[in-house]
Amino acid sequence: MLKIWSMKQQQQAASAASGKKKVTAAQLRVQKDLGELSLPSTMKTHFPDPDDILNFTLTIEPDEGMYKGGAFNFDFTINQNFPHEPPKVLCKQKIYHPNIDLEGKVCLNILREDWKPVLNLNAVIVGLQYLFLEPNASDPLNKEAAEDLKTNRDNFKRNVRSSMGGGYVKNISYDKVTK
Amino acid sequence: MATTTVLTTESPDRWKYLNNILTRRGPYSDETFEPGDEPKAFLADLKIFGAGGLGCEILKNLALSGFKDIHVIDMDTIDISNLNRQFLFREADVGKSKAEVAAAFVMKRVRGVKITPFNCAIQDKDDEYYKQFKIVVCGLDSVEARRWINATLVNLVGEETLIPLIDGGTEGFKGQARVILPTISCCYECTLDMLTPRAAVPLCTLASIPRQPAHCIEWASVIQWPKEKGDLKIDMDDPEHVTWLYTKALGRAKEFNIPGVTYAMTQGVIKNIIPAIASTNAIVAASCCSEALKIATTASPYLDNYMMYTGDESVYTYTFQHEKKDDCPVCGNLPQALTVDPESTLEELMEKLQERPETTLKKPSLRTSAKSLYLQAPKQLEEQTRPNLEKQLKELMEEGDELSISDPGMPFNLRFIISFSS
Repeated sequence: MLKIWSMKQQQQAASAASGKKKVTAAQLRVQKDLGELSLPSTMKTHFPDPDDILNFTLTIEPDEGMYKGGAFNFDFTINQNFPHEPPKVLCKQKIYHPNIDLEGKVCLNILREDWKPVLNLNAVIVGLQYLFLEPNASDPLNKEAAEDLKTNRDNFKRNVRSSMGGGYVKNISYDKVTK
Repeated sequence: MATTTVLTTESPDRWKYLNNILTRRGPYSDETFEPGDEPKAFLADLKIFGAGGLGCEILKNLALSGFKDIHVIDMDTIDISNLNRQFLFREADVGKSKAEVAAAFVMKRVRGVKITPFNCAIQDKDDEYYKQFKIVVCGLDSVEARRWINATLVNLVGEETLIPLIDGGTEGFKGQARVILPTISCCYECTLDMLTPRAAVPLCTLASIPRQPAHCIEWASVIQWPKEKGDLKIDMDDPEHVTWLYTKALGRAKEFNIPGVTYAMTQGVIKNIIPAIASTNAIVAASCCSEALKIATTASPYLDNYMMYTGDESVYTYTFQHEKKDDCPVCGNLPQALTVDPESTLEELMEKLQERPETTLKKPSLRTSAKSLYLQAPKQLEEQTRPNLEKQLKELMEEGDELSISDPGMPFNLRFIISFSS
């Protein structure tokens, strides 16, 4: 057999210890990502179980733009394949937004086709915040909202306001997200 | 009775070619290599472990290379579609455990080899189980399983245990074989960034402008299924589920005038089925098993450390040395032993850590696998975990727990295995 152990000793003294309950690679990475989060006052997290860092809610309260005054909740679900796979992010409320559908799915490139393991939770959170500052009509998930934004920006703004108050836009009722 | 005699007697020619290698020194043999009967006897005595989709090939190759004590794990049962390449299985075996049928077949065919099969996931076995092996050969079918076995073997390094991992994988006409000497050479996690992410289509394309049949199928599973079925998980082995998705996808394809959606394609897209080609599997498994033979006997230099086989554009192989990542979360820093006073508080432990040069940190956050001990960000988590600072360590952790410390100023987490001082 190859004398691997002597190769090891030549390289460095090994002093590793082995334990019973290991921290998984995904947990190690999320712990690190969370430590590097610097959330502005417009965002806060909520951990239903603080011991489970792989599942939490993020609330975004934009202080500028068309969605100012709302509080938007997103569920983050991270599996053991993180960071090979992106976190799963779902908007908890039914909102009127060109890039978020009525089930809460979010069209954000780094959550799907452009995800890379070098990206971190901070990148995802910044991306979400950006969606509220600059809704994007060219990547529609809610086609009606995208169409409104493209054709009549003022009308779109009015629709955003009434949807955020819990009103109807084109016969669809939206959740109240204002405080 | 003549047949019985043949079966129990070892033919002198049986290992002729293996003997040629093991009883003579080659120009590239390792300096520690001692030709003779010893390497062969050693092979026979060496416990080796194999698993995964390349299982048939690996098992056959190991048995025919002189390994005599082999364990095999595979959680799958035999499906009719496996029979074109998984040659140890017959039609009558459909539905039976792959590990068990393969073990029985090879033991019957190759005299004197002992194969111990397990019909379970590799994750069902613990450290004690994996510790008994000298070499691990894997042909697994997922990134997740590879990360798991890699992390397990890296964590086993210590007390003279260092188990090489030989990993093979194929995708159509392409394949790779690699040798991982945990903590010495680059590990699987070190190269995670190199994996090609699964090609995903933007969600908005699926939702508004599908162009390909696969877009319609993905739309059915990613958007329509949760909308209509709520939290129910898709079971791709349930024909009712597949039919539902197929029907939805077909309807959508008609709406957009996209031809080509079929039932088989629906299965392929959702299960992310990668075509398996028998010859590619044979090439990659053969490479893995000759590495096992070379490492076990030192008769020839082993692969250091990555061989890619590109059979899809004519044919090309390239061998190179992947570099070990210093900040690899798995092998970059191994857990060290840390003895703590169970009566002391978490805050006292953090003060103690500040006194050690390697753990003098600006803003450390601490966790075990099951508990957030103290996390300094985000703010809400800090508030939720702050009460733990006053608690005694014995309330927060057990002996043998792994403590992971992260800090914004540090590229990787420090890890410790806790033991209590008495």
